[in-house]
Amino acid sequence: MTTTPTPEPAMVKETPGPTTGKKSASRAAREGLTSKTASGVSLVIALLWTLPTFGLLVSSFRPEREAKGNGWWNAFTDPNFTLDNYREVLGGEGDASLVTFLVNSIVITIPGVLIPITLATLAAYAFAWMKFKGRDVLFVAMFALQIVPIQVTLIPLLSLYTSPPFNLRPLAGRDAPAGGLYELWLSHAIFAMPLAIFLLHNFMREIPGELIESARVDGAGHVEIFTKIMLPLMAPAIAAFGIFQFLWVWNDLLVALVFSGPDVAPLTVKLVNLVGQRGEDWHLLSAGAFVSLVIPLAVFLGLQRYFVRGLLAGSVKG
Amino acid sequence: MRSRNIRHATIAAMAATGLVLAGCASDTSTSETNTAEGTSPGEGVEGCEDLTQFGDLSGTEVNVYTSIIEPESDAHKASYEKFTECTGAEVAYEGSNQFETQLIVRVRGGNAPDIAYVPQPGLLGTLVDTGSVVPAPEPTAENVDEFWGEDWKNYGSVDDTFYAAPLGANVKSFVWYSPKMFEKEGYEVPETWDEMLELSDEIAQKGDMKPWCAGIESGEGTGWVLTDWLEDALLRDVGPETYDQWVNHEIPFDDPQVVESLDRVGGILKNSDYVNGGHGDVNSIATTTFQDGGLPIIDGNCALHRQASFYAAQWPEGTDVSENGDVFAFYLPVTNEDNGRPVLGGGEFTVAFDDRPEVQAFQTYLSSDVWANEKAEATPGGGWVSANTGLDIELLGSPIDRLSAETFQDPEAVFRFDGSDLMPSAVGAGSFWKEMTSWITGDDSEDALQNIEESWPN
Repeated sequence: MTTTPTPEPAMVKETPGPTTGKKSASRAAREGLTSKTASGVSLVIALLWTLPTFGLLVSSFRPEREAKGNGWWNAFTDPNFTLDNYREVLGGEGDASLVTFLVNSIVITIPGVLIPITLATLAAYAFAWMKFKGRDVLFVAMFALQIVPIQVTLIPLLSLYTSPPFNLRPLAGRDAPAGGLYELWLSHAIFAMPLAIFLLHNFMREIPGELIESARVDGAGHVEIFTKIMLPLMAPAIAAFGIFQFLWVWNDLLVALVFSGPDVAPLTVKLVNLVGQRGEDWHLLSAGAFVSLVIPLAVFLGLQRYFVRGLLAGSVKG
Repeated sequence: MRSRNIRHATIAAMAATGLVLAGCASDTSTSETNTAEGTSPGEGVEGCEDLTQFGDLSGTEVNVYTSIIEPESDAHKASYEKFTECTGAEVAYEGSNQFETQLIVRVRGGNAPDIAYVPQPGLLGTLVDTGSVVPAPEPTAENVDEFWGEDWKNYGSVDDTFYAAPLGANVKSFVWYSPKMFEKEGYEVPETWDEMLELSDEIAQKGDMKPWCAGIESGEGTGWVLTDWLEDALLRDVGPETYDQWVNHEIPFDDPQVVESLDRVGGILKNSDYVNGGHGDVNSIATTTFQDGGLPIIDGNCALHRQASFYAAQWPEGTDVSENGDVFAFYLPVTNEDNGRPVLGGGEFTVAFDDRPEVQAFQTYLSSDVWANEKAEATPGGGWVSANTGLDIELLGSPIDRLSAETFQDPEAVFRFDGSDLMPSAVGAGSFWKEMTSWITGDDSEDALQNIEESWPN
């Protein structure tokens, strides 16, 4: 049942050879889709787009005085590089080092991605393939929740965490369990759910009904259909949304500022404070930024093939 | 896609309500003092006398939320060791440069810290309005009566209730200069505003450098440097009482006296013979960052730069900041001898959101001379000062801090808080900054002040 659709570029090569006088299909496609100007323009855009990041990278290796004194491009005419900035942000113990916060970020991000994806996949299946009363109304209501800006929800949510109804245990405040990690995970899950359900529902809906029908004829129940048909087919879509959610949670500052206690503050909170009381330490930011960039970059590079596939996940052949 | 990036919410005072200065300090009410059982671990230890009354607080924790971040926060944390030694309670410190906005969110969400260091009295007013702030305990009030002037206590009080004890402070009424250059050229530190202008003329005529340099660019806070200039000039021209009326909007923002003071500032900053040393012409003031504003002094391109004591952090490493060094500061001279020696400045206040014994003990500790001296010793590199008169000036780490402390402890000194921190945020963190920026780029004084007057919320 692993009919994961993969485009097969090798297939097109079987078209008739050049002797026919007609252009081969692959050449036609190539010519139709590419042009020198377009390639040139996209190259320029890509260069311009990468330039600031490159400048940041160069700056992160420059000594404080030079980084503050002149632009990063001067590093080429007057090369003077140092690892001091990295040493300063990574060195030290406990609160002083970015490493502590890097660990916090990982601890926050992994459940912050897994929880909403698990729940959203289940919910999306129910919305897509189970018939129950009020399904459409519920789905529209769910979808409409995307419009609510998260800034509006911060204070009400926080007061819900600090003084929950029905004598539930408070998740925030002085005696927050796990230093406030639960409220962070929960908040990230809450904020991610509407979009996650909506996207995964749309992907799931694209899977041909015949597949489900035939599985049902073979005697499969919802659980079996979900685990044996949906999950393998949805893997690329789930991975694609996983990347999105990972980047959101990893780069999130607002939720972390509002809900995290000092013990579980993620990297972003530390990065903001890295500039120093009056902005005097901003040269450290470039090094800090690169430390925080490494993990999302690795995740993205590792999963990017799913990313493209996930966007095409609906197009099942046959 | 959802927008997850934090909106750079107004960093400065979210204070919607202007603070009304409390009338008489001695009548202010305070909290009852709560104590724990047992014998305090600080019994008999020197310096713990204030704290033993709170009992044995071992195993408890006080959490503190502040706007003071690294590297300055390290010295703060070190200064709490004495408290732990005296009471047994631990202190959990959290600093954030998003403090002003996040504190309001946390307080409204029911997740207030035990103690917050509030840098604006206007914000204190807003916090008190939420009903979460508890008045300071009696021992804290006693410390403040003993070690601070009444002006400071009033800034920590709202409607005759004393909430917040002052903590650190900074002097804004400073002019930075180069003592080495002054000595070489034979210039004297001016004692009056007119002498300062004569000196400026002398430097300008000589032609080596422009006498003044300034920079007001500060991101969304661009313009605050000029509000300090105007406040300093006004405080000198009209005296503290009229200044308070102006801050509280009891006289119009564009009162003729204010126009006069702004013109006095313009006499320096809009004078193309005087500015902008090392940066360009008058217009370059608006585009130069406040961090870079005074740096031409080191390069010998500028002689004078009016900026607060905290500008000391901006000099590059290796600069000798002392009486006879590369740079130092003098007190911005007075314009009117009748108004004493007004000092414009800022500072933090400790606001408590809980009255557990350990919180009260900590608030008391922070208001004591013991803490001020501990903090001074924990900051050997300088960059911290308090208006606490129990502070031993000799313990301060740097010459400029000692000058600041001397300025505060001068019996003739009349302290006034930076007015823009006390005004409603629409003005103090809005139109005042914007109009001052337009003013330096060409608007005349009447128009600029009138625009601010019109923006004052009803």
